Amino acid sequence: MLLRTVARCSSRWVTALCLLALVLAGCSPENYPQTTLLPRGDFARIADDLLDTTVKWAILVFVLVEGVLVYAIFRFRGKPGDPEPHQTHGNTTVEIIWTVVPALILAVIAVPTVKAIFETNAVPGKDALTIEVIGHQWWWEFRYPEYNLTTANELHVPIGRMVSLRMGSNDVIHSFWVPQFAAKRDIFANRETRMWFTAEVEGDYPGQCAEFCGIQHGRMAHRIKAQKPAEFQAWVAHMQALGPKPAGAAAPPAPSPRYAEGEKLFTAKGCLACHSMVAVNAPKGMVGPNLANVGGRSYLAAGTLKNTDENLARWIRDPQGIKKGVLMPNLGVTESEAQALVAYLRAHK
Amino acid sequence: MATRVLDQHQAHAASHDEKTGLWSWITTVDHKRIGILYGATAFLFFLIGGIEALLLRIQLGSAENTFLSPDLYNQLFTMHGTTMIFLAIMPLSAMFFNFMIPLLIGARDVAFPRLNAFSYWVFLLGGLFLNASFLFGAAPDQGWFGYANLTSKQYSPGLNVDFWMLGLQILGIASLAAAVNFFVTIVNMRAPGMTLMRMPMFVWMSFITQVLLLLAFPVITVALILLMYDRFFGSAFFVPSGGGDPLLWQHLFWIFGHPEVYILILPAFGIVSEVLPVFSRKPLFGYAAMVFSGVFIAFLGFGVWSHHMFSTGMGPLADTFFALSTMLIAIPTGVKIFNWIGTMWGGSLQYRTPMLFAIGFIAMFIIGGLSGVMHSSPPADLQQTDTYFVVAHFHYVLFGGSIFGLTAGAYYWWPKMFGRMLNEGLGKVHFWLMLIGFNLTFFPMHFVGLNGMPRRVYTYPEGLGFELLNQVETAGSFVLGVAFLVFLVNIFQTWRKPRNAPADPWNGATLEWAIPSPPPEFNFAEIPTVHGRDALWELKRERGGTLPEPARVSGAGIHLPNPSYWPLVTAVGILAFFVTLMTLAATGIWPVIASFALLLLGVYKWAYEPAG
Repeated sequence: MLLRTVARCSSRWVTALCLLALVLAGCSPENYPQTTLLPRGDFARIADDLLDTTVKWAILVFVLVEGVLVYAIFRFRGKPGDPEPHQTHGNTTVEIIWTVVPALILAVIAVPTVKAIFETNAVPGKDALTIEVIGHQWWWEFRYPEYNLTTANELHVPIGRMVSLRMGSNDVIHSFWVPQFAAKRDIFANRETRMWFTAEVEGDYPGQCAEFCGIQHGRMAHRIKAQKPAEFQAWVAHMQALGPKPAGAAAPPAPSPRYAEGEKLFTAKGCLACHSMVAVNAPKGMVGPNLANVGGRSYLAAGTLKNTDENLARWIRDPQGIKKGVLMPNLGVTESEAQALVAYLRAHK
Repeated sequence: MATRVLDQHQAHAASHDEKTGLWSWITTVDHKRIGILYGATAFLFFLIGGIEALLLRIQLGSAENTFLSPDLYNQLFTMHGTTMIFLAIMPLSAMFFNFMIPLLIGARDVAFPRLNAFSYWVFLLGGLFLNASFLFGAAPDQGWFGYANLTSKQYSPGLNVDFWMLGLQILGIASLAAAVNFFVTIVNMRAPGMTLMRMPMFVWMSFITQVLLLLAFPVITVALILLMYDRFFGSAFFVPSGGGDPLLWQHLFWIFGHPEVYILILPAFGIVSEVLPVFSRKPLFGYAAMVFSGVFIAFLGFGVWSHHMFSTGMGPLADTFFALSTMLIAIPTGVKIFNWIGTMWGGSLQYRTPMLFAIGFIAMFIIGGLSGVMHSSPPADLQQTDTYFVVAHFHYVLFGGSIFGLTAGAYYWWPKMFGRMLNEGLGKVHFWLMLIGFNLTFFPMHFVGLNGMPRRVYTYPEGLGFELLNQVETAGSFVLGVAFLVFLVNIFQTWRKPRNAPADPWNGATLEWAIPSPPPEFNFAEIPTVHGRDALWELKRERGGTLPEPARVSGAGIHLPNPSYWPLVTAVGILAFFVTLMTLAATGIWPVIASFALLLLGVYKWAYEPAG
């Protein structure tokens, strides 16, 4: 069991630490969907390689120095009646050695560090997929300028193509953290910051805000769906159909009995004031997340609730009770009205 | 030094020459009493900060927990950090600065006894002001480093940030006044023959700390003033919509904040450098290297601040500069650790409680230092920063470092301060519980952080795998709680013992062990002349190995400063000034002016009262 667990810790030097931590029964990174220790993207791999280097040296120094300390504790234990020990004041040779050796070790860490600093700060080429990330209290806005699309909280990316993130904030400082593919970068209201990554393994990946941003900082999660390029293009095409309906076009048949009622309520209750229902040419600076495809997302309220009908109804009726302080007010929606709204929103996948 | 030997009974009877009663404590200017006031107050705040931590740990003990609401959680984590840094560790260090520096340098008091009292009262009032925020349900909730623009009026409309901003300003005044005092004391009041390179290492580290305080606190003072202007008067230093830059706050804060962490650790370095030689029965290894590494750390400590900002996208040149300077600072830090081990090497190690905590300090600080080196590489740090990995790092250096060191100092100097020895058996139980509880609480944080748990989150969902390690950490925090209960029991039991500790229970190397425990008000009947380092060991060697128990002589003819209440009045003026500033919009300018007038009155009367 031990060997299998060790083998699954792909990072060689973190493996050693994993062994140590097995005592605490909590290491194996596979158990942690948000782990930084299983890089599945190029940027994250740069960070992980550096971690590997520093951890290797840290373990070495730890074992050596703590080992000497523990040895000294036992070897030089005083006994009653011991004579006064030799009153050494220092040893110039030893002191020089233990100043120079750490400096050398640090130099060894510094070289790949500086190289990686420049690598990670490089600007991606023109064939990268540019995605704009805008942080809000307490949700994520994602825009694809290439496709004129806007969505929220759930980010779709193609695997094997570099993604170039251009990021900002609508309000306070947040931090966009993509541990599996990249790392984190803070986002500001007055300047653009950037990050890039190429996702290598398809899947569904959680991440969350990593800079304290107010009462609901703890509930500002996102999800990344890394998809095969064909599937990603299909998603883009699907999203582009979620644009505004051309004037005069016939209304599509109502997907469910209460859809029409929900559609009316969405305006009547004021939802439209904060939430856009179109993914194409969506307005900027909306208070609330874009809901064009909310019906198909995995989570609601930035990772707070699983996206079930029951949770969606609960959220509509009592956002303050679920995510206190969120900017969506309690609007006095009745149970029945909530069901209608759920029907309307669920149809928007 | 005493030339006649009093028997124990006579020595005991002669020690009750000090005034007693509440008024004598309120007007005291005696550094020893002020030290005890600092220590008792700081310890109480430490317990409050500890309870705040336990509440946080209960909340995080399970996924989706609802024990604490998000706003209360955010207040508690902010106050935990703010309390531990400004109301616990710094004033606990101040307890030792106050009580021990004059004794270690052979002086009768500090350079400015009333300024000393003033510092304490301002600290107490500042701490009370900060905690009074709980009564208004508006405790600070923006994190202990209060990043703009979350702290702007728009995003933090309540009183929370105001309490923090003004409370820290008050505390800054206390720290600056004390720093001036100890700086001048150490420069000017050393006993004859005590050159700088003969000073005890605690005095050296404290001296460097005072310099850091003097240079770093003005920066946070300015930053807080700019924040106050933004919040109260509509300026936009840090507000983007007005053309301001939130990143400016970060620079200003961390230019203060990084030296601040050296302010937090250097006194503990100094304590450990006192304890290890005594309990190894040999001198500190590499005294000169210890001095110069301390100076180098302090100097370099002003050149690393943006390592707190690696995720802000400063660009590769800035990242590189701060990565390299941060790695550089690891070198003098490592030198110190090796010198401590070198002190133990070849010694005759006495495992009394102070020594256990000193060794524990070394072991834990090594770990904290290593995780610090791991942070120094910006690309790696981009995964580590703002996760529980950082929380692990700074608790290893602040708790494993500063608190273990300060606890070593407490057990070591308790007999000198209070005339009683803390119980050895309970001390050992305290140590082991603290070591085990501490590691159970904070070691797993390295892992849960690297495995995806960000910091400052009031809860976490199921499915991310965080539950198990968080449960272990919560359990560990309660073991720590028990450790402190044991300490409290020890303190209480010791309090009830007779005050008959010997002057020199540990065979100490420094001057404080030559005078009675606790010392008479005037400390030294005759100011000693010093001929080298470890002055007391030298003296004992000359006299055949031991010194007789010093007699309690009367202080007749020794001039001591008069007690005074003007420092307290001035401190109250300062508190009133800041309170009325906070209520400015509601109460207007006249209460502010009146408070300032009270402050000026206090200073005027203080300046002109007879010295006695």
